Amino acid sequence: MLLTSLLKPLAGDRGGQVMLAVLAVAALLVPILNMLPAGHALHMPTYMVTLLGKYLTYALLAVAVDLVWGYLGILSLGHGAFFALGGYAMGMYLMRQIGDRGVYGNPELPDFMVFLNWQELPWFWYGFDMFWFALMMVMLMPGVLAFIFGWLTFRSRVTGVYLSIITQALTYALMLAFFRNEMGFGGNNGLTDFKDILGFSLQADSTRIALFIASAFALAGGYLACRHIVTSRLGRVTVAIRDAESRTRFVGYRVEDYKVWIFTFSAMLAGIAGALYVPQVGIINPGEFSPLNSIEIVIWVAIGGRATLYGAILGALLVNYAKTVFTGLMPDSWLFLLGALFVVVTLYLPQGLAGLMRQLKQIRRFGRAEA
Amino acid sequence: MSEGAHLLHDEAGLPDASHIAILYLEDLNVSFDGFKAINNLNLYIDRGELRCIIGPNGAGKTTMMDIITGKTRPDSGQAWFGQTIDLLKLTEPEIANAGIGRKFQKPTVFESHSVAENLELAMHGNKRVWYSLRARLSGEQRNQIDETLHTIGLHEQPDQQAGALSHGQKQWLEIGMLLVQKPYLLLVDEPVAGMTHQEMDRTAELLTSLAGRHSVVVVEHDMDFVRSIAHKVTVLHQGSVLAEGSMDEVQNDQRVIEVYLGE
Repeated sequence: MLLTSLLKPLAGDRGGQVMLAVLAVAALLVPILNMLPAGHALHMPTYMVTLLGKYLTYALLAVAVDLVWGYLGILSLGHGAFFALGGYAMGMYLMRQIGDRGVYGNPELPDFMVFLNWQELPWFWYGFDMFWFALMMVMLMPGVLAFIFGWLTFRSRVTGVYLSIITQALTYALMLAFFRNEMGFGGNNGLTDFKDILGFSLQADSTRIALFIASAFALAGGYLACRHIVTSRLGRVTVAIRDAESRTRFVGYRVEDYKVWIFTFSAMLAGIAGALYVPQVGIINPGEFSPLNSIEIVIWVAIGGRATLYGAILGALLVNYAKTVFTGLMPDSWLFLLGALFVVVTLYLPQGLAGLMRQLKQIRRFGRAEA
Repeated sequence: MSEGAHLLHDEAGLPDASHIAILYLEDLNVSFDGFKAINNLNLYIDRGELRCIIGPNGAGKTTMMDIITGKTRPDSGQAWFGQTIDLLKLTEPEIANAGIGRKFQKPTVFESHSVAENLELAMHGNKRVWYSLRARLSGEQRNQIDETLHTIGLHEQPDQQAGALSHGQKQWLEIGMLLVQKPYLLLVDEPVAGMTHQEMDRTAELLTSLAGRHSVVVVEHDMDFVRSIAHKVTVLHQGSVLAEGSMDEVQNDQRVIEVYLGE
């Protein structure tokens, strides 16, 4: 009963059904393959599990961007900021978990604070020793920032390119701020040297598998939530705003409210993705705020296909897999390749891979009808 | 939502138009970079009236609609909807929910939605974010959509994507969206632009049938069309009212002839 109502938003969403089915199989299969003995032909090394888990968090981030870009028409070039904030919230929890096992052995202060000669924990680090508090902050920090940012910009009716530029400036400003040691977030080095999460060692295979499965669940949950939104009247209003904003106003909708809530929700999803990313890669630093990162997310979504949600997942997974392969083979060529990919997709596949699949299906159906 | 708009929905549902006029525009002035688009404009629209507004390009017709619907704020003057609602204090959605519907010059429908969904979105009712997330159409609302589809002649293609409609059909769909919004006042900007003669006749019929239940203000260039529907015509020129009266009176007015023929 609960399951059917949860899966209801998938009705008519063929791409999503396939995507979630693959995800479910992966969530089952990957742990099994990992547990096979090391010499076995099908054994999957743990680093691979973690790599896949990282891809899944990227995919969730892409879904969040697709919701605001594909459905609401806001090209956010700063979603990496929300991802990073979620990551920092998780990182702060993981720092507190180190306890007195740090290099300086201070039970209260993380290493970088001892190094800076700080005597006590800054107030904004309070509470992060509790997991539930950190989890709340993972969503609240990006959410509150997005709400305030959205409230200010959408009410002033900043749209289009100008809005994109401001989102870019937002993430850039945060990057500069987080680089400063005085901010209290580890400055240049960020937060790292994590030991365990909820008492489980981050180095253990079982923890890594658990994080992978948690990422899969988060992605599935985020996907279903977004589908629920876009198939509701709220989603139809959202698309109406994208296509004819002033018409939507004259029909009686408070466009600003809709934009703020969708933007905030999307930022919270990005925060969750960031929080799952950090324990898997083992570090969070200000580089995550880099404008380049945010632009890359947009490229994943464009390549996968906007306004489909599953396209965003597809794009994120494929591009990141390609990135892993190509940075291994030819480290210098990756950015050129990414740029070329973006140009090709924009010129020849404006609907991305999802659009290409739709076209192929139509051609096949058309061909059959003719024959 | 402002106080005025609340009162409106909670009580009788009608703006307080115990006096005959439903729309009062008084001493309005708007200038854009020194150009006076609206110049001491005074205009009153009665309840249930069908009024045509004509005038040469740049006469201020669209700007006037922008003021009524909250898109443009005047430099000075007053705009009241009924006796109690000060239009200059409300935002666009508040004005729409208070009961003023607007059809744009260029047909603007939600192109990626179906015809029926367009009507659903325009439907009179709660338009808050959280409500929309859980909103379902009631049986009554479905009937209303059905009825409107018949009125605008699109009952055979409720699931057609609005972007794929013909120009005339889009115009009608937009009028249909106005209807389900249940406005007391409809502002219709060039409803027959780009329509065939048949379509024009049907539109004239539709607009005439609306008057009485709603007040309708039509801005139009096509004189034949205006003649076919109007009881009362207002001529705007350089941002203020030049003449007002029946079509015949207006056409014989010396000042109007001068403005239109440049004599």
